[in-house]
Amino acid sequence: MSSTTNTSTHHTSTIGSIGTPSRRNTELALLLFAVAIPVFAYANVGLAINDQVPPGLLGYGVGLGLLAGVGHLVVRKFAPYADPLMLPLATLLNGLGLVVIWRLDQSKRLQALPTFVSAAPRQLLYTALGIALFVAVLIFLKDHRVLQRYTYISMMGALVLLVLPLVPGLGANVYGAKIWISIPGLGTLQPGEFAKIVLAVFFAGYLMVKRDALALASRRFMGLYLPRGRDLGPIVVVWIISILVLVFETDLGTSLLFFGMFVVMLYVATERTSWIVFGLLMSAVGAVGVASFEPHVQQRVQAWLNPLREYKLSQQGVFGHSEQSMEALWAFGSGGTMGTGLGQGNSDLIKFAANSDFILATFGEELGLAGLMAILLLYGLIVERGVRTALAARDPFGKLLAVGLSGAFALQVFVVAGGVMGLIPLTGMTMPFLAYGGSSVIANWALIGILLRISDTARRPAPAPAPNPDAEMTQVVRP
Amino acid sequence: MNKPLRRIAIFCGLLVLTLLIRDNWLQYVKADSLNDDPLNRRVAIARYATPRGDIIVGGSPITGSVKTSGDSYNDFEYKRTYKNGAMWSPVTGYASQAFGATQLESIDDDWLTGDDDRLFFRNTLDMITGKKKQGGNVVTTLNGAAQKAAYQGLAKVGGKGAAVALDPETGAILALASYPSYDPSSFAGNRTSDQKAWGKLLKKNDPAEPMLNRALRETYPPGSTFKVVTAAAALENGLYDSADQKTDSPLPYTLPDTRTELKNEGNIPCKDATMREALRVSCNTVFGKIGVDVGKEKMAEEAEKFGFNEEQFTPTRANASVFPTKMDRPQTALSSIGQFETAATPLQMAMVASAVANDGKLMKPYMVDKLQAPNLDVMSQTDPEEMSRPLSEKNAQILQSMMETVVEKGTGTNAKIPGVTVGGKTGTAQHGVDNSEKPYAWFISYAKMPDGGKPVAVAVVVEDENANRDDISGGGLAAPIAKNVMQAVINSKK
Repeated sequence: MSSTTNTSTHHTSTIGSIGTPSRRNTELALLLFAVAIPVFAYANVGLAINDQVPPGLLGYGVGLGLLAGVGHLVVRKFAPYADPLMLPLATLLNGLGLVVIWRLDQSKRLQALPTFVSAAPRQLLYTALGIALFVAVLIFLKDHRVLQRYTYISMMGALVLLVLPLVPGLGANVYGAKIWISIPGLGTLQPGEFAKIVLAVFFAGYLMVKRDALALASRRFMGLYLPRGRDLGPIVVVWIISILVLVFETDLGTSLLFFGMFVVMLYVATERTSWIVFGLLMSAVGAVGVASFEPHVQQRVQAWLNPLREYKLSQQGVFGHSEQSMEALWAFGSGGTMGTGLGQGNSDLIKFAANSDFILATFGEELGLAGLMAILLLYGLIVERGVRTALAARDPFGKLLAVGLSGAFALQVFVVAGGVMGLIPLTGMTMPFLAYGGSSVIANWALIGILLRISDTARRPAPAPAPNPDAEMTQVVRP
Repeated sequence: MNKPLRRIAIFCGLLVLTLLIRDNWLQYVKADSLNDDPLNRRVAIARYATPRGDIIVGGSPITGSVKTSGDSYNDFEYKRTYKNGAMWSPVTGYASQAFGATQLESIDDDWLTGDDDRLFFRNTLDMITGKKKQGGNVVTTLNGAAQKAAYQGLAKVGGKGAAVALDPETGAILALASYPSYDPSSFAGNRTSDQKAWGKLLKKNDPAEPMLNRALRETYPPGSTFKVVTAAAALENGLYDSADQKTDSPLPYTLPDTRTELKNEGNIPCKDATMREALRVSCNTVFGKIGVDVGKEKMAEEAEKFGFNEEQFTPTRANASVFPTKMDRPQTALSSIGQFETAATPLQMAMVASAVANDGKLMKPYMVDKLQAPNLDVMSQTDPEEMSRPLSEKNAQILQSMMETVVEKGTGTNAKIPGVTVGGKTGTAQHGVDNSEKPYAWFISYAKMPDGGKPVAVAVVVEDENANRDDISGGGLAAPIAKNVMQAVINSKK
C-alpha cells in the first residue's frame, strides 16, 4: 500500500467509477438464449418422437427459467462483477443435457431394458440441487481466500472422498470401475467429482506457500531446472495417490484428472517447464506400469485399439466385453455433418449409460458435426473464461485455484469426449452438465460458483482506501 | 504467474481443438464407412423402416412387406414376405430382420430400401412433402411358368438338384430353381419362431442343405454333358471339320502313358465312330481321345471361353466352374469327359447349351432386367451383352446338328417336343470315393423354333437318392424336367 499513499482519494474514486462494468445485463440477455434454446430443443424432441409439442414443455421452460433466474439474481446481488459468460454457458449445457436425457427416456429400446428408469425428472432435481449449491457458494463464500485456511483439511477431505468407494459395504463396483459409493435410500454418489474441487483447494493453498521453494531451489541441467530431491516429495505423493486410485478404483480418467490438475497448478505456481516434463514422464510411467498388470485397464486399451473386435466379442456374449464403444462410433458416423435431428437417431443402441458416460454420442448423432462442434466450443469457452479469471485474479491463491478448477474441467471434457469419440481409451467419467448423474451436476455447479466468486473478486473495482491521516499530510506537501 | 497461465490457456485451447479435429474425422471423413458397416444395426433398421420395394417376375411381385406385429419392442417396422418362397428363393435370396440379407435382396438392397443415389432426388422431394421414403422395384428376367416347371420337376424327383434356363439370344435367366429349398418368409422376422425356423435350415440340422443355392453355388462333375465342350474344342481347333468324319478312335482305348482302359457305359459302337455317333451314344473313349489330341491348353482355352474357371455375376454371384489346368495326359482324357477335377455349376452348363444354340455367341447371363423407381419409371435397364465367342457360326451349327441327333435318336429322346427341334446331351456323373455315392443325372438342351428362333437353353442336374444307380441316366431323370421347362417357355411366348 505504501506506493499508493501519495495518490489522492479523489483520483482513486475516479478509477472506481469508470472501472470494470458489471456486465450483469449482458449475462441476463445471454441467459434468455440459454433458456430459450433448450426449450426449443425440447419441443423439437416431442414433435419428432410423438408428433406433438410435449405436454411438459411449459413446466420445463418455467423450471429451467426459474433456476437460471435465481442463479442470476444471486450473482447480481452477491457477485455483481463476476464473469457474465459462465452462468449462461453452464445453464445452456445443463438445459440441453436435460433435453437429451428426456429424449433418451422416450426411447422404446431403452424402455425395454430391465434397468430402465425415467432419468429426466431426477436430473431436474439434481440440477435444482446444483443451483442451490451454486447459490450457497456465492452467498456464504464472501471471499475465496477464506478457503486458503482450509488447505490441510481439504487434503484430508479429498483423501477421504477418494478412499470412500473402497470402503466395504459403501463402495459400489459398476461395470469394473469402483468410483461410486452407494448411500442407502439416496442412490449412488461419485465422490471423485467432489474430490476434484477439494483437491484443487488443497493444491492451491499448498503451492501458494511452497512455490518459491519449489521454483528457486533447483539446479540447472541440460536446460531444465531439476527440483531438489526433497521438493519432489509432494509431486511424488500426488503421483502415488493417482496410481493408487488407478489400481484400486481402476479408473484411468479420475487418476489422469487429478495428476494432470496437479501438474498444471505446479507449473503455474513455479513457472518451471521442467515440472511439465516430469509430470508427463510420471503419468506415462504410471499409466503404462499399471496397464501392464491391471486387466480392467488392459481391456479398456484393447477396446480402444479395436472397438469392432470388442463389439463382436460382446455380441458373442463373452464376459467383460462391451459393444458400447463401437455403438458410439456408429452413432457419430450416423450423425454426419448435420445430424439426424433431435429424437430421430438411434444412439440408444448404446443402451447402458447412453444418457450418462455416452451422452455425447447422442449429441453427435442427432445434432451432427455442426451441433457437436458447437457443444465442444461451449466447453472451450467455459474453460477459457476460467483461465481468464485466473489471469485477472489479483492473489496467487485465487489464480492457482481458478486455473486448477478450469484445468481440471478441461481435462475432464477432453478425457470423456476423447474416450467416447475413440481418441483415447474410455474412462468412467461423465461430461460436465450434459450427462445424467447427480454428483457430476452438483459438483460442477459448485465449481462454477467458486470460479464466479474468484472472478467477482478479480474484476471488482479496488475499494476506496479508508480516509487516512497520512493522506492529509501528503497533500500539504503538494505545491 | 501470468506467463504460464497464458500457456495453460493455449494448452486448453489445443485440447478442445484436438477434440474438434477428431470429431471432424469421425463425423465427416469416416461417416460413410461407419454408416455402411453391415454390423451397424442402423443398416438393418433403415432396411425395414419402410416397406421394401418388390422383386418382380412377369409383371407381378414375388415379394411383399407387412407391418411387424407383436407386442414386445421391435425396432424393425416392416417385415419381408415372399410368395411361393421356396420356389423363388434361389432368385430372391432372403432379407431377414434377424439374419441379414443375401443374394438379390442384398445386392440391390439400396435400391429396394430407397437409399440408392439414383433415388436421392425423389427422396428429398418426398421428405419436403412429408411423404415416407419408398423403395424401388427390381424387375427380373425370370419366367414364372418355366420356374414352376423346373421347381416342380425337381420336387417330383425328390433328390437334390437344380435347373437353370437361359434365353440364348440375350443371356436372360428364365428359370433358376434349386431343390430342396426353403421359404425365406419363415425366418424373415426376429422372433423365437424365426430363430427356430432358421435353426432347422442350417447344414448341421439338415444335411440336405436347403439354403444352398445349387443353381449357382454348387459345382457338380458334369459328366458326359461336358463332351459338348470337348466337341467344340475339336471343331474350333480344326481336328475335324464335320460331324460325320471318322475320328480314328480305337476300342478298347487305353489312357495314354498308362495301362488303364477307359470304359464306355455298355457295349456301344464307339470304334472309329464319327463325332455325331459318339455324342449320340455318349462314347467316353472317343471324347477322351479327342481331349488328349486337342491338348490340355487348348481344352482349357475352349472351356474358359464358355465361362469355366471364373465366377459369374448374374448379379448374384455364381461359383467358378472348374476345368483343371495342371494335369497329365490321362487326366486330360478324363477331364474331357467331365470327370477328374472338372466341375460345373448348373448355370455354367446352361451357358454351354446356350452358346451352342446361339450360333457360337455366348451372352452374359443376367437376371435383373431393370430397376424401377417407386413411380414405375425405369431408372436402369440391363442390355444384353456378348461375353465371348466359343464357336464360329459354322462350327456351332455342326454341333447343333450333333446335339439334335442325340434327342432325335440317341440318349436324349425323352426331351423331344412335337413341332420343335430340340438339341441336347445327357450326362451321368459318378462321384464320391470309388463312386460310392449316388450319381448325378444331367441334361442340357436347347429348343429351336421352326422360324429359326432359339427361345431357351436349359441345364438340369438331379441327384437321385431314391432310385437304383442302374436306373439313373440323364435321359431318364433330367431330360423330362428340361423338356417341361422348354415347353413352358415356348408356350409363354405364344
